Amino acid sequence: MTKAELFFGFLLVGLFGFGGIAAAAHHVIVERRRWLTNEGYAQVLGLGQVLPGANLVNMTTIVGDKFHGFAGAVLALLGLTLMPILILVGLATIYDHFAQQPDVIAATKAAAAGAAGLIFGTGFKLGKTILDSRWAVLFALLSFTSIGILRLPLVQTLLCLAPFAVAVSFWRGSREK
Amino acid sequence: MKSDILWPMALTFFTTALFSVGGISAMIPEIHRSAVDVHRWMTDEQFAAAFALSQIAPGPNILLMTLIGWRVAGLSGLIVATLATILPTSALSLMAGRGEKRLQHARWYAMTKRSLPPLVVGLICASALVTAQAAIHEWLGVALAVGVAIHVAVSRTNPLVPLSVAVLVGVIAGRLGFY
Repeated sequence: MTKAELFFGFLLVGLFGFGGIAAAAHHVIVERRRWLTNEGYAQVLGLGQVLPGANLVNMTTIVGDKFHGFAGAVLALLGLTLMPILILVGLATIYDHFAQQPDVIAATKAAAAGAAGLIFGTGFKLGKTILDSRWAVLFALLSFTSIGILRLPLVQTLLCLAPFAVAVSFWRGSREK
Repeated sequence: MKSDILWPMALTFFTTALFSVGGISAMIPEIHRSAVDVHRWMTDEQFAAAFALSQIAPGPNILLMTLIGWRVAGLSGLIVATLATILPTSALSLMAGRGEKRLQHARWYAMTKRSLPPLVVGLICASALVTAQAAIHEWLGVALAVGVAIHVAVSRTNPLVPLSVAVLVGVIAGRLGFY
């Protein structure tokens, strides 16, 4: 694979990404271009998920670096973000032209409400599999309360809660043995 | 002055991205807090509109930060916001990708991987609450959010489908005069 192929491959991912860029990435990287096997892809995406930030951006960095080192990572990231950003700016410009129209106002409100629901649904889905103990529920409630209700800063919240979460994991792990 | 906005924005997005465990959704409350409450770069309504647009546009969900940067400080804002969001975690990814073998045998890595997910669930639900409060002011909004949430929770189809339905319902309700 050349550097140009890497760039255009990720450009394609960005273009296909309407509503679900994860599916688009899998389609391009595994099925169309066959850069990685299913297992290889799952492994890289898994690593991207554990790290902070957008798992797809992380995955793109790792894949780019795997094939063409630092330059590959930069090219892959450029490819991934270029089209979405152009489309976004285009959408935003069109939106500004029609922002005062009643239909557009209603559509925007509905889209924002729906998108909030989308995040709720994702949280629920995730919670169903992750919250398997009282401790897990407690930590989820604590982070939710701190950020969602008390509106405390993210960094301080995590610096306070994460050590406890890790400590409890350790403690429960040693008790099970 | 523009640089009065660009520096605090770069710093906020950079540190928040670094701590966005579980994905970009975890950034939303903090970005809302700093953009709307602390720095007053935008109103709640503008934030909700930016959030909606960034969700509709294709691409990774870093686009919310890109759009906020564009809205607040034009092209330089767009570039600064995007880079500040991408750089810290991409640097981490680069290191993690190269040291993956070693990472998988490290005990702290396994422990962190096991203990952070519950916190992530809380963060994502908090993001949902913050965006809902910014975006929803009528009962119809509540109904649309609940509808999409249930659909996402029980099915695996492209989320753009329920989102489009919500938009359609919103427009029709608007035409009928009650949204």
